[in-house]
Amino acid sequence: MTRFVERHPAWALIVIIAIAVALWLIFAVWPAGLEEAIGRKRVFLNALFNGITLGGLYFLVASGFTLIFGLMRNVNLAHGSLYLFGGYVGYAISASTGSWILSFIVAFILTALVGVLLQVLVFRRMEGQDLRQTMVTIGLSIVFADLMLWACGGDFYQIQTPTWLIGPIDLPLVTAMKSSGEPVYLRYPLVRLVIFLASVIIGIAMWLALNRTRIGMIIRAGVDDRDILAATGVRIQLVFVLVFALGAGLAGIAGVVGGTFQSLSPGEDIRFLLASLVVVIVGGMGSIPGAALGALIIGLAEQLGSVYIPTYAIVVTFLIMVLVLALRPQGLLARR
Amino acid sequence: MLKGSLGLVALSSLLLSGTAFAQEKIKVGVTATLEGTYTVLGEDGIRGFQTALNVLGKKVGDKELEFVIASTDATPDSAVRAVRKLIEQDKVQILLSPLSGDEGIAVKNFAKTHPELTFINAASGAQETTYVDPAPNFFRYNMDGAQWQVGLGKYAYEDKKYRKIATVGEDYSFIYTQVFGLVLEFCGAGGQVTNRQWVPLGTKDFASVIAALPDDVDAIYLGLGGADAVNFLNQYQQAGGKAHLMGGSIMIDQTILSSKGNAKNALVGTLAASGQADTWEDPGWQKFVKDYQDAFPPNKRFPSPSLLATNYYGSTMALILALRQVNGDLSDNQSKYKAALAKIELDAPNGKIKLDANRQAVGTNFVTEVVDDGKGALFSKVVKVIPNVNQTLGYDPAVFAKIGLPSRTVPECKKY
Repeated sequence: MTRFVERHPAWALIVIIAIAVALWLIFAVWPAGLEEAIGRKRVFLNALFNGITLGGLYFLVASGFTLIFGLMRNVNLAHGSLYLFGGYVGYAISASTGSWILSFIVAFILTALVGVLLQVLVFRRMEGQDLRQTMVTIGLSIVFADLMLWACGGDFYQIQTPTWLIGPIDLPLVTAMKSSGEPVYLRYPLVRLVIFLASVIIGIAMWLALNRTRIGMIIRAGVDDRDILAATGVRIQLVFVLVFALGAGLAGIAGVVGGTFQSLSPGEDIRFLLASLVVVIVGGMGSIPGAALGALIIGLAEQLGSVYIPTYAIVVTFLIMVLVLALRPQGLLARR
Repeated sequence: MLKGSLGLVALSSLLLSGTAFAQEKIKVGVTATLEGTYTVLGEDGIRGFQTALNVLGKKVGDKELEFVIASTDATPDSAVRAVRKLIEQDKVQILLSPLSGDEGIAVKNFAKTHPELTFINAASGAQETTYVDPAPNFFRYNMDGAQWQVGLGKYAYEDKKYRKIATVGEDYSFIYTQVFGLVLEFCGAGGQVTNRQWVPLGTKDFASVIAALPDDVDAIYLGLGGADAVNFLNQYQQAGGKAHLMGGSIMIDQTILSSKGNAKNALVGTLAASGQADTWEDPGWQKFVKDYQDAFPPNKRFPSPSLLATNYYGSTMALILALRQVNGDLSDNQSKYKAALAKIELDAPNGKIKLDANRQAVGTNFVTEVVDDGKGALFSKVVKVIPNVNQTLGYDPAVFAKIGLPSRTVPECKKY
């Protein structure tokens, strides 16, 4: 941190000013002139929170994707299919048992199993052949998409939000003052906050597991140089299976989350594959903090874009990707 | 390269008209949105098409109709790709296409490159398709989005006393046309449309759009369809939304009203207008509903046909009945068939339909309100039936032309 300030004093100043402006925009009551210029504060705060919570969902999908890539150098283009599969499983469980929490557990286990099967039956057979693996995953994603269309039809599915999560809550952020001087607080959907908190917890848990545990150490070593790691006697294939299962399971959990606050339908697989590709390209392939940063940036860009420049909202995401590819092709937080 | 492919197209069309004489079969190409945001709409469109085949049969004189179905995803290029494939590879002679607004404009333009073939619009409803520079071989037996909104603005203003509304709609031609029809009538009656929000087709996360909805309006008009509508309603419920709602023709439709989950309950009491009403008493409509229900098991269909099923049914009906009038004669670049299509008057399930000089339908429109049938199923209940709605919505054509083409900002909110 201090090194960054010493090396780039101008950039550090800009970052500090940007943070100060953002904090002021969030906490201060906006003067009338500002509201006239860029709209009501409620809209801004909502877009901001939505961007952050959407970023949470993107992080869940992309973290598994980036983990698998980081260790195995394998661009798993069937990742979106795992997301959709997890969502459908979650829907089936929540519709038959009525339990939202249970649907997460089952979706995680089943998609992790699919991940294990993929790794053992497909990827192990073509280890180290990046292009072949990529082509096979494209093929698999098409097969999976058609199988799911056959099984579930083209209908939209929504996982029922549990009753204790429906509806908005008041957040201690003032959006405006009534003429009587009474403050108006921000109302925000509770379910999105819970989902965001859950993704933060998962993110921190993953970071801790990677940086503070023995297995995490092995995975990090594998990311750096898997041949040397294998030579030291670690059963690398077992590690691969484990990581693939974890990555796939996370995509499954994300599917349940996505099915709860958006909806599940054919085509969602491609959409989330694309989103996670953009997220990891922006954040840096193979880096967990990179995935978090990328997800946050893309989520914010989508939501703020949809409010302030609705016509071009779709372009903003890709514009960010192009900028990152042009200026820092390895991604914002990549190590190499 | 271009010259070569043009030659190829010319050659293939020559072959096509050559073989048409000897053929025992008449090949018809059908497109529907069986992928993407509008998948459910496309699927029910195909159900309507199959219901029509069940009722009318596939025989025309001694010839048999053969159908080839191609899938699109509501984007114009996917529609042109599908139509091109049907013509060049499957050698179809008649097209029943497409489903969605932007697709309609693209296919109409494409139709001009194949003047020898006949294009029958399946369900698309953008105004521009038949209003601006229409193709002589493109026929549309459903009304456009603006015609489908006739009656809604007046009903909201006069009976419901709404004075100010805001709109949220998908950002493409069909919804522009719907909002065009609504704004023209609502503002003409004296109402105000304070805000028009446009979201890209296929938007999943509506939370920010919902937050930006104004509070100081009497109702919010939703011009969404398919997955977008379901997502919006789900997130609207989570955000605790309570405003009065009004809906477009594919928003208040069985594709949404029978979606899973309870978010759709926000729609009970919503005003809407469309080319059909689920609970209409008319015997022709009731027979169609029964034919539709008998054709598919209950878990493979909606409780009642959607607007898309009705449109595909009507278009297929026109296709087959006109073909029977000319006894399957497609000679002379299908000229007799085209003449029969232009003249035919349909006794469609949703009222009588005839075509105007641009080959655009003049038909019946319905103002509806959403009701719960007591068992948790939602239906649109008839409030008002308006016959003989034409494309200029009853305006003098010269006045109508001055309003401009439907877009994000046209028409202005004033009396024309």
